[in-house]
Amino acid sequence: MTQTMHEPSDETLIQLLTPEGERLSHAEYDSYVQDVDAEMLRGFYRDMALTRRFDQEATALQRQGQLALWVPLRGQEAAQIGSGRATRPSDYIFPTYREHGVALTRNVDFPQMLRVFRGISNGGWDPRENNFHMYTMVLAAQMPHATGYAMGIQRDQAGWDAKRLEQEGEAVVAYFGDGSSTEGDVHESMVFAASFNAPVVFFCQNNQWAISVPFHVQSKVPLADRAAGYGFPGIRVDGNDVLAVLAVTRWALERARRGEGPVLIEAVTYRMSAHTTADDPTKYRLSADEEAWVGRDPISRLEKYLIDNNLADEAFFAQVIEDGHEMANRVREEAMAFPDPTLAQSFANVYAEAHPLIQEELKWHLEYEAGFAETAEEEAAR
Amino acid sequence: MSTTMTLAKAITAGLDQVLANNPKSLLIGEDIGRLGGVYRVTDGLIDTYGADRVIDSPLGEAGIIGSCIGMAIRGYSPIAEIQFDGFVFPAFNQITTQLAKMRARSEGRFGAPVVIRIPYGGGIGSIEHHSESPEALFAHTAGLRIMTPSNAHDAYWMIQQAAECQDPVIFFEPKRRYWLKGEVDTVNPAPDAFKAQVIRPGDDATIVTYGPLVPVALAAAEAALEDGRSIEVIDLRSVSPIDFDTITESVEKTGRLIVTHEAPTFGGLGGEIAARITERAFLSLEAPVIRVGGFHMPYPVAKVEEQYLPDIDKVLEALDRSFAY
Repeated sequence: MTQTMHEPSDETLIQLLTPEGERLSHAEYDSYVQDVDAEMLRGFYRDMALTRRFDQEATALQRQGQLALWVPLRGQEAAQIGSGRATRPSDYIFPTYREHGVALTRNVDFPQMLRVFRGISNGGWDPRENNFHMYTMVLAAQMPHATGYAMGIQRDQAGWDAKRLEQEGEAVVAYFGDGSSTEGDVHESMVFAASFNAPVVFFCQNNQWAISVPFHVQSKVPLADRAAGYGFPGIRVDGNDVLAVLAVTRWALERARRGEGPVLIEAVTYRMSAHTTADDPTKYRLSADEEAWVGRDPISRLEKYLIDNNLADEAFFAQVIEDGHEMANRVREEAMAFPDPTLAQSFANVYAEAHPLIQEELKWHLEYEAGFAETAEEEAAR
Repeated sequence: MSTTMTLAKAITAGLDQVLANNPKSLLIGEDIGRLGGVYRVTDGLIDTYGADRVIDSPLGEAGIIGSCIGMAIRGYSPIAEIQFDGFVFPAFNQITTQLAKMRARSEGRFGAPVVIRIPYGGGIGSIEHHSESPEALFAHTAGLRIMTPSNAHDAYWMIQQAAECQDPVIFFEPKRRYWLKGEVDTVNPAPDAFKAQVIRPGDDATIVTYGPLVPVALAAAEAALEDGRSIEVIDLRSVSPIDFDTITESVEKTGRLIVTHEAPTFGGLGGEIAARITERAFLSLEAPVIRVGGFHMPYPVAKVEEQYLPDIDKVLEALDRSFAY
């Protein structure tokens, strides 16, 4: 099958840290991670481990009936932490619905992320606080939003000189997956971004599976190759190598900030878990396929590197585990304590300005509901 | 100050005001810059405001509306042009699942106040997809507002009201009335776009309509005078929300209601109006509400469109039925 073509043994793939935890030098991208010291590496490790622990907790909450659905990200931690940590707070992120790790890097508090999956909110958090947009459930619909947002940035930064662009310039990261890569919105967002040279980085996590459909059904070529058709660079990176992902995303963002236009990054990774908690991967993929990727686990390769190079001791790893437990307990407690919404609140946010139909229906709804309360009171009085 | 303008030029003048008054406003669409749009509604605006604010976009309706949503989130006030009614559907997903829902999704924190201008309606002898009236498809989606002016004065002011509105607005422009001339008072604004207007008072029956059929309804009312019938005509101006108070008040007086629109009758806004008015003014009605709309078929070929479109005779026939009831 053509599948081997997309595996991370590929020569076109940017890799700085091998699955065995060896640091490879790279003429072009080493300079983008020069500042990464032991503390930062431990930070990435901690981010990835906490994200995985959060993912486990959320999956458990779903299994216990506390969430309607959960979207696991296991296996994609490096792609998300590496790219998220490459952004500046002033950059704006448009996620799919699986970017829990990116959310961590944008300081979105984990429990907030469960509001969507607990049926409390369709947004979850305030995107303006962290420049991390709400999850978009319609595949790829967020992609042209990212391009449009970047077009807005261009207009806000009109007339800035190169130095100011480098220091204060903003850019957008648009996340999508191998599955949604086939949607027309991806195509149009890339055409528009290329036409207007918009400062947007298209970040594809190719996790090999669109629910049950393997990547080779979505594309006969590596997705990064498609960028050539739009006239901007496409780059393939080992998505399980946090250092390489950080490097290429920094490179792409710097380029975008300088006004050199969009980049498509294809982070080759693997969805180690199910598409969602409603999915059953045993129906469509072999356990051998899953096992092959265990050896490329994004967290264990950084762990090996940290241990082999004496950059982290046992106490550090024990602390991360302890912090994970503490976080998971807090996530569970806070999620269970979320107040339930009311339907009246749903009426409030349909329109910004007064709307006669909304007012009429809300009035009817409140009177109708009040009727039940009155009946209950009467019955109690009897 | 009053100036005679075509409906199209009144929109141009209104857009000019929007661009002049709001530095965050911008226009985007296919061929709207150098060409000035296929109907020249944006003609000349690129010369005044430049290509960064009057943007010739690549072909792609989903890309246009999707980009507008992103720009709106960034704080801009985009006004998109969709070239023709039948070409809005590639953007249907962006409009209904994203634009309409952004405020609800963000729990009221922010919305996407985008205006989408769409020339709509038939009667221009054109080819497929250039004559449709898809307003009901959008009216069914909460979160959107839909306006449609019928005259130059309203067009001048309503496009400005749409641009100022903090909710997304679909602005349907009656393309066969683009060349209809009228007086535009550029000092005294038109009434709130969401308020229907009684444009001809009458006592015996009410005709409710909007956009391209307003002149048809007025002509039918004039013709009905010959039969001694005094007909009230209401121009809705906004088809989402609909000003049911104005219609109710009229029907309570006249007792008869005809609703006419070019869009197919089945599942159209006429049905919604009939149901609501039946609920609100049942005891005032002397006859069932009668709808005069398009047939349940794809918009027909130009050679037969005159038979498809509601016209004066069809409205008069509906009035006859109402009075005979």
